[in-house]
Amino acid sequence: MKNQIKLRTLIAALGAVTIIGAATTSFAAPAVNLTVLIDNQPHTVKGMDQLAADFMAKNPNIKIEIETRPAGTEGDNMIKTRLATDEMPDVFLYNTGSLFHALNAARTLADLTDEPFQANVLDSFKTVVKEGNRLYGAPIQTGMGGGILYNRKIYAKLGLKVPTTWAQFQKNNATIKAAGIPPVIQTFKDSWTSQLFVLADFYNVQSVEPDFADRYTQNKAKYATSPAAIKGFTRQEEIFKAGYLNKDFGSAGLEDGLRMVAKGEGAHYPMLTFAIGTIATDHKENINDVGFFALPGDDASKNGLTAWLPPGLYIPKTTKHLAEAKKFVAFIASIEGCDSQTKAVGAMGPYMVKGCEIPANAPPAVIDLVSYFKTDGKNTPALEFLSPIKGPSLEQITVEVGSGIRKPADAATLYDEDVRKQALQLAIPGWK
Amino acid sequence: METTTISRAISNRMKSPYPGWFYLPAAVIFVVLFLMPMLTSFYFSLTRWTLFESSFIGLDNFAQFFREPFLIKGLTNTLIYAVVTSGLKVIIGMLFGVFLTSRIMARTYLRSLVFFPVLVSTVGVGITFTVLMHPTHGLINESLAVFGIDGPAWLTDPSLALLSVALVDVWKGVGLATMIFIAGIVSIPKEYYEAAKIEGATATQQFWRITMPLARPATVTVILLSFISGLRSFDLIWSMTRGGPGFTTDVIASVIYKQYQAGFYGLSTAGNVVLFLLISTIVVPLFIFLDRKATTQ
Repeated sequence: MKNQIKLRTLIAALGAVTIIGAATTSFAAPAVNLTVLIDNQPHTVKGMDQLAADFMAKNPNIKIEIETRPAGTEGDNMIKTRLATDEMPDVFLYNTGSLFHALNAARTLADLTDEPFQANVLDSFKTVVKEGNRLYGAPIQTGMGGGILYNRKIYAKLGLKVPTTWAQFQKNNATIKAAGIPPVIQTFKDSWTSQLFVLADFYNVQSVEPDFADRYTQNKAKYATSPAAIKGFTRQEEIFKAGYLNKDFGSAGLEDGLRMVAKGEGAHYPMLTFAIGTIATDHKENINDVGFFALPGDDASKNGLTAWLPPGLYIPKTTKHLAEAKKFVAFIASIEGCDSQTKAVGAMGPYMVKGCEIPANAPPAVIDLVSYFKTDGKNTPALEFLSPIKGPSLEQITVEVGSGIRKPADAATLYDEDVRKQALQLAIPGWK
Repeated sequence: METTTISRAISNRMKSPYPGWFYLPAAVIFVVLFLMPMLTSFYFSLTRWTLFESSFIGLDNFAQFFREPFLIKGLTNTLIYAVVTSGLKVIIGMLFGVFLTSRIMARTYLRSLVFFPVLVSTVGVGITFTVLMHPTHGLINESLAVFGIDGPAWLTDPSLALLSVALVDVWKGVGLATMIFIAGIVSIPKEYYEAAKIEGATATQQFWRITMPLARPATVTVILLSFISGLRSFDLIWSMTRGGPGFTTDVIASVIYKQYQAGFYGLSTAGNVVLFLLISTIVVPLFIFLDRKATTQ
């Protein structure tokens, strides 16, 4: 009985407090809770924590809550489901390019074309968050490259030079193998990591066939019949056949691969450069031992980088706090936002906002990466930013090629069939 | 005239003392949770569906599904998996059943020990065995190394991966088979064994002539149950290999799941309709056959 009375008074007191609280805040600016949905990669979470803290310090009336989701295809489905059921938080982070195009932006996302912050966003980013001629996204994080992370200590010890052709790369591999170190690291437990030989080779493909992306989208160019495009598959097989892989390539995962290249247990790791951030966190003492170069092609004079654009921030039409959400997004896409991210995770690559600088003490791999962005024509966006079609089974196919289960020619034909399936699902003209 | 209608009405009421609309709550649940999703999925299997909108494309999804390069591979893998797991569960389950019904020490304890894996979550088992089967750091290969044996790459060698997963499935499912066999063996009258002993039959003869034939209903149940679960298998395979390396351990369910993951919602729904029809055509006749057997017995 006594407890009940206590409980009742407590509830009454709480009620009074909330009423008073509501009354006082309604005189000041109303407090708003914004929820932000991001992927659960360590560098994304760390970066967003810092961004939210810095933003809240400037805007005490807005409170940011962070929610995380899995990365990869599981995350893709979650994003689509939450958008389709009108349950998307106020701001969310998601890929740009072909995955963005699957979101039906015109119907689900708030139009950000006329926001003042867009004036400072690089044009290359705008093209990958555009549907029709409206913009729906703002940049977060930095541009990435696909290529080879390498161990600089091994290179110094064996007196090797960064290769600019495939032949030089293979020669380096032979030397490294002779020294008793696995030359190439592969990690097929995380099967997406097997795709780099094909995806990061796109700069080399388009340097020989400049119109490949358009013809590929129009069902005219095929991996199996394009001599330049099939090379990604044949080279992956070459590496396997030469016995250049780490022994546990079938069961190792991304984290193992990063440890191996950082600690010199392997020399080369084909990877996206976002992983430099993970090395900086998990293997701090070895971060200066890791460098980066673009996947080499046939011609040293046409050496360049296949680049990945960073993810975007989007606001769903269903948000109840559109003005506050726009304010937060504008903060992230500003120089302050870049600095806040650099403070949290270090510099990881070029930002997509004009005026954002990379500090001079950035890790060597980042400096290597940025050098490709300094000259025009030294980089090209990956195929998934130039064409809406990316076959969903590529990672299984490249695992098979990389472990000697499937022949490259067969793999390329199979991938073309996979691409056809995606094109049909997207109802792209010219496919049947 | 009047009396006959009354008596008919009475006899009708005698058949079922409750009015028909007592079925209504159950019917509502059945229609809302089962029938409606099923019918909508039949419709969506005929569309190109992005979750945001769908456009009707006739039977194109089914045509595409049957063009799927890994459909045949998935089908054969499903069959191999179902046959291997149900076969092993019958043999091992029968051995355990005989062993655990004989007079041995700590019989109850051993019975619960054999049954224990059935109670553990499948995904948990999958993840645990993935760690145990790691080619270099896994407990299995490290133990083999003590005896100087170079253990294989259980889950990453394409010729072994499917069998490795099947073995784990057997480890997890054999307890249930054993329980069914124990129940079957216990229900055999003791007199047969006593008579056989007087006639001078050996233990092996008793097993082949008495236990095997009289435990037949249990054997049939085990075959049927484990074969169906083998056909539907997905969770263990997905948590251990995700259909890999490459496509080597893909079963029909994982082929469909990957299509769903890729955002091909209409196509994967079509795949599910095909899987539904396939399992129905195998299981319904089997069920009718066994049901008839049971009633004649």
